[in-house]
This record gives sequence, structure tokens and C-alpha cells, in this order.
Amino acid sequence: MAEHHTAAFVRTEILPEQAPPVSEAGIIRWMRENLFSGPLNTVLTFVGLFIIYFVLKEYSPWLRHSVWNAGSVGECRDIVTAKYGEGATGACWAIIRDRWNMFMFGFYPRELYWRPTLALGLLIFAAAPVLFSESRLIRMWVLGVVSVFLMVAFPGLDVPNGDTALLAVVLVGMLALAWMRPWSLLWLTAVYPGLAVWMLWGGSAWGPTLAMAGFVIGWLAWLATRSFGTILSVGAAVLAPVLWWLFGMAPVQALLDASLPAAIEGVRSEKFGGFVLAVTIGVAGIVLSLPMGVVLALARRSDMFLIKGLAVGFIEFIRGVPLISLLFVASLLLNYFLPPGTNFDIILRVIIMVTMFAAAYIAEVVRGGLAALPRGQYEAADSLGLDYWKAQRLIILPQALKISIPGIVSTFIGLFKDTTLVVFVGLLDPLKGITDSVRASFEWKGAYWEPYIFVGCIFFIFNFSMSRYSMYLERRLQRDHE
Amino acid sequence: MSEAKIERKIDRSHMTVTDEVAIQITAMNKWFGTFHVLRDINLTVNRGERIVIAGPSGSGKSTLIRCINRLEEHQSGQIIVDGTELTSDLKNIDKVRSEVGMVFQHFNLFPHLTILENLTLAPIWVRKVPKKEADEVAMYYLEKVKIPEQALKYPGQLSGGQQQRVAIARSLCMKPRIMLFDEPTSALDPEMIKEVLDTMIELAEEGMTMICVTHEMGFAQAVANRVIFMDQGQIVEQNDPFEFFNNPQSERTKLFLSQILGH
Repeated sequence: MAEHHTAAFVRTEILPEQAPPVSEAGIIRWMRENLFSGPLNTVLTFVGLFIIYFVLKEYSPWLRHSVWNAGSVGECRDIVTAKYGEGATGACWAIIRDRWNMFMFGFYPRELYWRPTLALGLLIFAAAPVLFSESRLIRMWVLGVVSVFLMVAFPGLDVPNGDTALLAVVLVGMLALAWMRPWSLLWLTAVYPGLAVWMLWGGSAWGPTLAMAGFVIGWLAWLATRSFGTILSVGAAVLAPVLWWLFGMAPVQALLDASLPAAIEGVRSEKFGGFVLAVTIGVAGIVLSLPMGVVLALARRSDMFLIKGLAVGFIEFIRGVPLISLLFVASLLLNYFLPPGTNFDIILRVIIMVTMFAAAYIAEVVRGGLAALPRGQYEAADSLGLDYWKAQRLIILPQALKISIPGIVSTFIGLFKDTTLVVFVGLLDPLKGITDSVRASFEWKGAYWEPYIFVGCIFFIFNFSMSRYSMYLERRLQRDHE
Repeated sequence: MSEAKIERKIDRSHMTVTDEVAIQITAMNKWFGTFHVLRDINLTVNRGERIVIAGPSGSGKSTLIRCINRLEEHQSGQIIVDGTELTSDLKNIDKVRSEVGMVFQHFNLFPHLTILENLTLAPIWVRKVPKKEADEVAMYYLEKVKIPEQALKYPGQLSGGQQQRVAIARSLCMKPRIMLFDEPTSALDPEMIKEVLDTMIELAEEGMTMICVTHEMGFAQAVANRVIFMDQGQIVEQNDPFEFFNNPQSERTKLFLSQILGH
């Protein structure tokens, strides 16, 4: 209390809020604070500006002289020389234009390009009810763009019997569902894994259908044994589908193939390449590694010694080994251990290894999220009588996963970029496998920067989208103040 | 220690204590590692009793009530709640927990759920009540704690006192037969203590069996029918509130009371 304030004082009215003075707002203030706040920062600002100028000056001619139409590197050079004089340099993007299909599809049969394209489009439709459940605006924007992309791409893809009209009808139907009843699209989400496998690899439709039926069998087994206790019913729910996949599926499929053949042209894994390969491995790895990582994280925090020990052992082993060595195990060693004659698909093997690798990292990220929750949340859930699984599902994991979003998405981005490592087990990844084989041709020998920049840009689009989505999700789940 | 004035005249006439035993604790001991935190606790709580547990920090009073719904495990002795003995049998534990409500010092609301969802979660998932009915029950209790208008907000948007009243309502939605309060007003601003105490008094007037760990001696005088004083993991003294405050027997109790009531 100030001493000169001797008289008693009572405020009778509350002062209104006032706008801040001009010097506290606007671009001038921003520049003063961020660029010129002191002598050192002022110098650094000018050094930075000079570096930007230098880079632009050196490389902008190369970009400005880009050539989009040419048949070979030599033609590109001739065009640049003719236009900009002797000694001028120019980017030769014609290589991308000429070998676009190679970058996208690898050696996938040309007449079947529509299948992976449609699979990618349907992926977004299958993911939309999960990823964009809360905002119709964003959902419709994303799906609208995907629909337009499919409609534009399809006429050029040799779709059998010109089925673009059918596609348009299906798309309009699904867009209407996404607008009015997004949850009904969850059916697509549920069948999508089998559908995607069938569309990508082709062959009998019964294979993926019966494999997916294994999950239904597991669910039925759980329902049937539920009254006998948790351990028994979980055991039954795991054992029944495994037995089905190992022994029951093959004879049933043979029977169905004989009586009701439903096969489309098959594509072997060796034909996969480019971004079809990267996205296949990346999406499968992302979708499978999240639940596996969450289970591992819970197992690592378990009170049960055996479960905890197994989880710790798995996580530490996988994290301690480079991904490439796991991929070598997948491609070489597994062949020695498996009985001769077994045909264990190479892409499937790679997906399993990539999934385990990412799951180990996600487990640690999620464990961090679990540890960050105050003990009171566990106690409140317990004190209300929720059992372990309900407490985890309803209280603990929603909060722990929200905390873990940045780490999880970082792991996903890392996983997607690591799909390029499959080049070491003989698959044609977009970065090195495809680029090398494109440059091995006579026409494009000598093109160096362009394919890498192009592949880098595509990866950037995917990864930046994931990054932005994770920021959107964090904002959407923000509950502290509104 | 600041004390909230309890202005309302409290009618104790219908706060009847029955002969029916609600909680029976016999020769119970608990250790944290090698630290003997609860020593030979014997306590019987009848239905309708309002018990206040007081004592210096570290005396084991919170640990004691946390043993009653098995948030803490006791190592010897017996705890029987509503006829069910607490052992390592998970079914018994979940049964007791769904009958015993608990209110925490730090509220422990679920921040990712709305107030209404906080209240309906356990009825829907533990008691299998249909959602519509659970919503109605939740709104009834929200009106009882006088914040129905906050139903669709998130806990982070509410004041501490409001959050604690929501926490009380959340417990009540499970229709518990016993309520445990673990220092429910200790994390609150003085202005908000009263609103929470008012809610608790209302609950007492309806005959709820309550055990409260609290430093609100005004509340103890007004509502409790028994005050228990704990020190060093033991029950040092228990008596009815009038005798406890006016005529404490043990030296430790006298010292404690002189310190918290001295100014």
C-alpha cells in the first residue's frame, strides 16, 4: 500500500478494456523484436539475407531454364543451349514426365494401373470416418479432392469396359454417405484391408475374404467363451483365428475356388515398385504398428513379470538392431528356416519387419504418454469400479495417446521414409531402386538431381500432410480452454 | 488454518445412525516398504455415520480411507465393506469400489470428457445403465450440486469448487452406499470451500454414510457424529465432536487442536 494513499478509497465502476498502443502491434514491432532486437541479431539478419540471395542467384537459373518436354538428357541440353546460350544450365524435368509411370508403379502391369490408383482413393474413403470424424467440412474437402483425382486419372488408365461411369456413381454414393452418415463408411474401413490386398495383388477374391473372416471367427470364439472368464476367452479369440489361417482356410478356399471362381489377374510382388510399393509398405506398417505398439506399451507397464519381461525383451532387441539387418533377416535368413517350398511373400515379410520395428518405437512413445498421466486418473477410474481394460480404453489411453501424438506421428514419418530401405532386399523403392533403373536407360543417363528432387518432393507431400494432420488432431483434442 | 463458516443451521435430528455395520476394520496393518504406515487399526462404521478423520500430515489418515476401497492394499488384518471382505480377489474389489464413492483432493475428473460424460461413464460401463437413463440421473445430481448449466463443458473450464462438486456428483451417480472424502477442500481457494462443504452437508442430511479426511474443523463440529484423531499410523483418540473439541484426552490431541484452532 502506497504511503501517500491515506484516504479510504472505494471503486465504484470497473475500468473498460482498452486497445494496446500502436507500438505494441503490427509488423514494425514484429521486425524489431524478431529481426533487429540487438546488434548481433541485426548482423545475423543481414548474413541470413545474403545467404538466401546467394542460393537464389546460383540455383534459380537452373530452375528457370527447366525443360519439360524432351526425349533424353541430350535433347534437354540442346534445348537449354539453344534458348539460353552456350554454358547455360537447366533442369531436365522431362525425365519425370517420360518415366512418370515407372516412378509411380514400378513394373506393375500397365493395363492394371487403375487397381492401385483405385486402392489409394478408397484408402482415403476408408480412413475418412476415422481421421476426419468431427469435421464435415474437412472430410468433404479431402474426399472431394480424392474423387476429382480418381475421375481425372481413370480415363487414362485403360480401365476395362470404360468403367468410369460406374466409378462416378460409386463415388457420388460414398460422398453422400460421407456427408450424411459418415459412420456408415466404417463398413468400408472394416473390409478395406482385404479389399486392398485383393486389388493390389489380384488373384482369387476368396483368399483375402477368408483371411478377413479369421477376425470374425476370433470374435465369435470370444463371444462363445466369454462367460468362462477373461483368460480363456482371450485365448480362444487368439487361437481360433490362428488355427483357421493355418489349417482351415486353404481347403475352404480350394473348395470355393472350384465351385465359385472369383479371380482377377494376379500381380506378383516382384512387379511392385515406386510409390505403389512405398505406400503399400508404409500404410500397412502404420496401420499395424499402432495397435501393436500400444499393446507393447501396456505390457511393459504390466505387473505380471512374464508379460513385462517379454515386452521389454522385444522392445529392447528391436530398437537395438538396425532396420536393415531386420530386412536382411526377412529376405535371406527366413528362407533357411522356413520349410522348403513355402512361398512367403517378400513384401509381406518386409511389412512384418517394418511393423515390428515401428511398434517398438511407438511402444516407448506411448509409454511416455502413460507415464505422463497423473496417478489420480488411474485412481479415479479404479474408485469408480472400472476394470483394467475399461479403465485403459475409456480413461487412460485416450489421454495418453493424445499426449503421444507428436511422437507417434514422428515414428510414422520415419517409418514411411524407411520404406526406401527395401532397395537392399531387391525391391524397387522410389528413391534408389526406380531412380537407378531409370538412369540405367540410354536416354536418361546423366540426369542426376531431377529424379531425387522429384522423389523428395513426393515424400515431402506425404510427410508434411501427416505432420499437419497431427497438429490438427492435437488442436481438435485440446480441452484445456475454449 | 482458515475455516469456512458454516452459516446454515444444521438439523441433525434425521441424521440417524443405525445399528447396521457398514465397514468393519479389524487389526489392520499396512507397510510402505519397511515403513509401518498403519498400525493395528480397529474401526467399525455403522450405516448413517458421519466420521471425520483428523491428524497431522503423514499420520496415515488418507492411507486409511484409501484402504477401504483398496486403492491401497493392506498386509494384515481384515477389512469388510458392506459384507464383502477385501482380498486380492478382483471381483470383490470391483464390487466394493462400485458401492463406495470416493472424492479426491485434486478432483481427478477426466479432462478429455465433458462433465456429463464424466458422470455417466461409470453407470454406463460398470452398471450397464442405458445412456438415456444415465443422462437423466447425471442431470439430477448436477442440479443437486447446483451446476446443471455446466453439463456440456470440459473440466478445465470450471473453477476448482465447481470441479469438486462435479466429482461428488460423479460418485453419487453410482448410487454408492458409502462416501469417502480425501481432503476434498484442501486444494480450493477459501471462497470455494464453502460451496463444497454445503454440498457435503446436504449429503449428510440425507443420511449418507461418510468418512471424511479433512482439516475443516467447523465441518467436523457441525456434521460429524464421531471424530477420529490419528497420529503415526494409529488411532489416538475418537469421540463425539463436542467432547473431542472441548475435552480432548490425549496430549497429542490437545497439541494438535491448540495448533489448528489457536488463531
